Amino acid sequence: MARELLTEIVLTVNGEEHRLEVDVRTTLLDLLREHLDLVGAKKGCDHGQCGACTVLLDGRRVNSCLVLAVAHQGAEITTIEGLSRNGELHPLQAAFIEHDAFQCGYCTPGQICSAAGMLAEHDAGWPSVVSSDLAAEHAELSDEEIRERMSGNICRCGAYANIVPAIADAAR
Amino acid sequence: MTTEALTAAVGVPLDRIEGREKVTGQARYAYEHSPDNVAYAEPVQASIAHGEIRSIDAAETLAQPGTIAVISHANAPKLEQVADGELALFQSNRVSYRGQLVAAVVADSPEAAREGQRLLRIEYAPEPHDVELRADHPELYTPEKVNPAFPAESAQGDVEGALAAAEVTVDAVYSTPAFHNNPMEPHATVAVWEQGDLTLYESTQGAPNARDTVAKVFGLPPERVRVISPHVGGGFGSKGTPRPQIILAAMAAQHVGRPVKVAVTRQQMFATVGYRTPTIQRLRLGADAGGSLSAISHEVVEQTSKVREFGEQTAVVTRTMYAAPNRRTGHRLVRLDVPTPSWMRAPGECPGMYALESAMDELAVACGVDPVELRIRNEPDVEPESGKRFSSRNLVGCLREGAERFGWEDRDPTPAIRREGRWLVGSGVASSTYPARRQPSQARARAEADGGFTVTIGAADIGTGARTVLTQIAADALETSPQHVRMEIGDSAFPKAFLAGGSMGTASWGTAVVRACEALRVKLAEADAALPVEAEADTAEEIKADEDLARHGFGAQFAEARVDADSGEVRVTRMLGVFAVGRVINPKTARSQFIGGMTMGIGMALHEESVMDLEFGDYLNRDLAQYHVPACADVREIEAHWLDEDDPHLNPMGSKGIGEIGIVGTAAAVANAVYHATGKRVRELPIRLDRLLA
Repeated sequence: MARELLTEIVLTVNGEEHRLEVDVRTTLLDLLREHLDLVGAKKGCDHGQCGACTVLLDGRRVNSCLVLAVAHQGAEITTIEGLSRNGELHPLQAAFIEHDAFQCGYCTPGQICSAAGMLAEHDAGWPSVVSSDLAAEHAELSDEEIRERMSGNICRCGAYANIVPAIADAAR
Repeated sequence: MTTEALTAAVGVPLDRIEGREKVTGQARYAYEHSPDNVAYAEPVQASIAHGEIRSIDAAETLAQPGTIAVISHANAPKLEQVADGELALFQSNRVSYRGQLVAAVVADSPEAAREGQRLLRIEYAPEPHDVELRADHPELYTPEKVNPAFPAESAQGDVEGALAAAEVTVDAVYSTPAFHNNPMEPHATVAVWEQGDLTLYESTQGAPNARDTVAKVFGLPPERVRVISPHVGGGFGSKGTPRPQIILAAMAAQHVGRPVKVAVTRQQMFATVGYRTPTIQRLRLGADAGGSLSAISHEVVEQTSKVREFGEQTAVVTRTMYAAPNRRTGHRLVRLDVPTPSWMRAPGECPGMYALESAMDELAVACGVDPVELRIRNEPDVEPESGKRFSSRNLVGCLREGAERFGWEDRDPTPAIRREGRWLVGSGVASSTYPARRQPSQARARAEADGGFTVTIGAADIGTGARTVLTQIAADALETSPQHVRMEIGDSAFPKAFLAGGSMGTASWGTAVVRACEALRVKLAEADAALPVEAEADTAEEIKADEDLARHGFGAQFAEARVDADSGEVRVTRMLGVFAVGRVINPKTARSQFIGGMTMGIGMALHEESVMDLEFGDYLNRDLAQYHVPACADVREIEAHWLDEDDPHLNPMGSKGIGEIGIVGTAAAVANAVYHATGKRVRELPIRLDRLLA
């Protein structure tokens, strides 16, 4: 590969620091999948339209297919592989199994990472378009709020009716 | 045949066996296998709809760092011909549709392959194209058969006479657009050649079937090809038959002498992995004043390609549904310069029942008969056109139970009189049905020395829960508990099994699993059997001996729709389905199948539409921002229920397939609810705002 296309980057992924030489065109998603073999984040559209690639970037949910890796020197990334610790499932992961909130499983890592980011946004008091009181500090996380806030993550198997109660359960 | 006593594991809402792998990101899908020294191939698509390639200039592409090769008709190896012309990859300079794969760039990295693709210069000699499906197209023809092998036409009695004499008639044209399956995992293959043997990590609904096809294309004996497919990110029919990318991966890997990965992009999926044909359907019903049908006519116009004939069996379902002495069904196709339509969830039944069940609703309105009651009045004693006995038919039970659960009883049929704030509110019902078939399969069961069992079959779990329900079936057949059964699927090296299609997976594979387990128990009962002990089964003879009956699942689907009186925005606020599908093996995964089908049906009713660009000749809205599948906020209350149905004529489990029936009645139920809400009958899917406000 031409040297001018490569650049060195340091990222912390799931608590582990990685020093990598990557193509400047490499997305965070391809870096995770093709360079670090962390294949939990999925490529469903590569255009930020489906949410299957959702990871947490410095604590916030992002479509990693729209993120150029070199633009995030020093960032902290959490992927689905980093949500469970010491073999213990994250409450969202356990709730997804319990509620059968997936079928093929391809959107699932993105749904779960997105839900983790969404719950943090809600905890921080961020309103959504369906929030009735924009100034409320701790508005109730209704099913309608969950549906609205999770609409960036497409599930073609149609598990939404199970995803919403799974997230509601995990949020309790 | 009797339904054998299976009680312990079947019927239990067991969690998905691979659930933990899926929620932790450990489940590895096709593209996620990365052999050493792997290269990346990027497909290149034709930018004309009809004509030929004049020249390919790869100089700039090959001058890029990291690029290894460009493959096209100019240097591709000659492939063997197979029935599906879409697999004749790079075999000529002819272009049959816009978006057809015409070349590939292979590179060291995905970034270099993509850049190489951008720099490839292809000159074409375009010819006029014809991509528009019209009911008056001069080249419409009646095919010899529609899928898989039904006569294209059927006729009984005197339809025209009966229509002329009928007290009440409905004569309406319903149309559906092209729909794209859009599984979340794009079609992908990783190809590895080793000493002339080909291994393919593939996203497929049937590894054995994919193996056989690829072997034929490359002129190899099947045992030299292996297809491995442990997890599949959805398919909905589009991964039922191998798509061109599997050929591309194998060809590119051979060409560059390295393993090669190919993933079709979301945009490329709109031309290269199949879709449901658009349909134009004329429905004519004749009835007496009480709604008893005297005539049914269902005539369908749909498209196929110049590459291959694919005749969706849209009107075939009408041969099964309702009693009427005079009846006719027919299909006409036109070959256009378009990609070949292919399998999509409930091919035939899904678009056909949208039209039939919409027409039944119109008849109910015309007769002043309740739509639930109208369907019950037209219940046949035997399958109407074949005269065959039904193995079981509980449509009436589904309608009655659904009506009760939904609260149908107090429904005022008058349209457009219920308003809550901005919203006009209405409810609708439709029947659904899907055949309950099975196909020959083989399986192997092994008693291990540690006391556990391993059951092996070339089945596929595309999200259906197959791995889980087969484990339950095996556990009962072995009289053990599911945790002692290790179920191995998703590999063409396993005993040959039918693919995950036609809602036949569980019935086909389950029969083979039960028979292999029974054979194993016979062996184990023999004195002094030293472990491990293994037994195999092949169900071909058993299935050949099946009695000639009409076997179908049935269902009734109810919807509540709210329509914004000013903007025409439609919301499906409630959806309820009741199904009669034999024995339900796992209530948890079954419910997911039903609600998933209904969710996709809501998309069909309201959102999904692939728009043909007449000028350039391809589908215009080829991504998920423009092709709208339902999102989380589109799905409100949605319920699935089922009747206890004991059907001894099916298979050892007594089960009917459930992967497709959920979508079948949904669009009509929603459309009928929208009519009830607004008084406006939109006969063209999807029910868009502009169509409601027009």
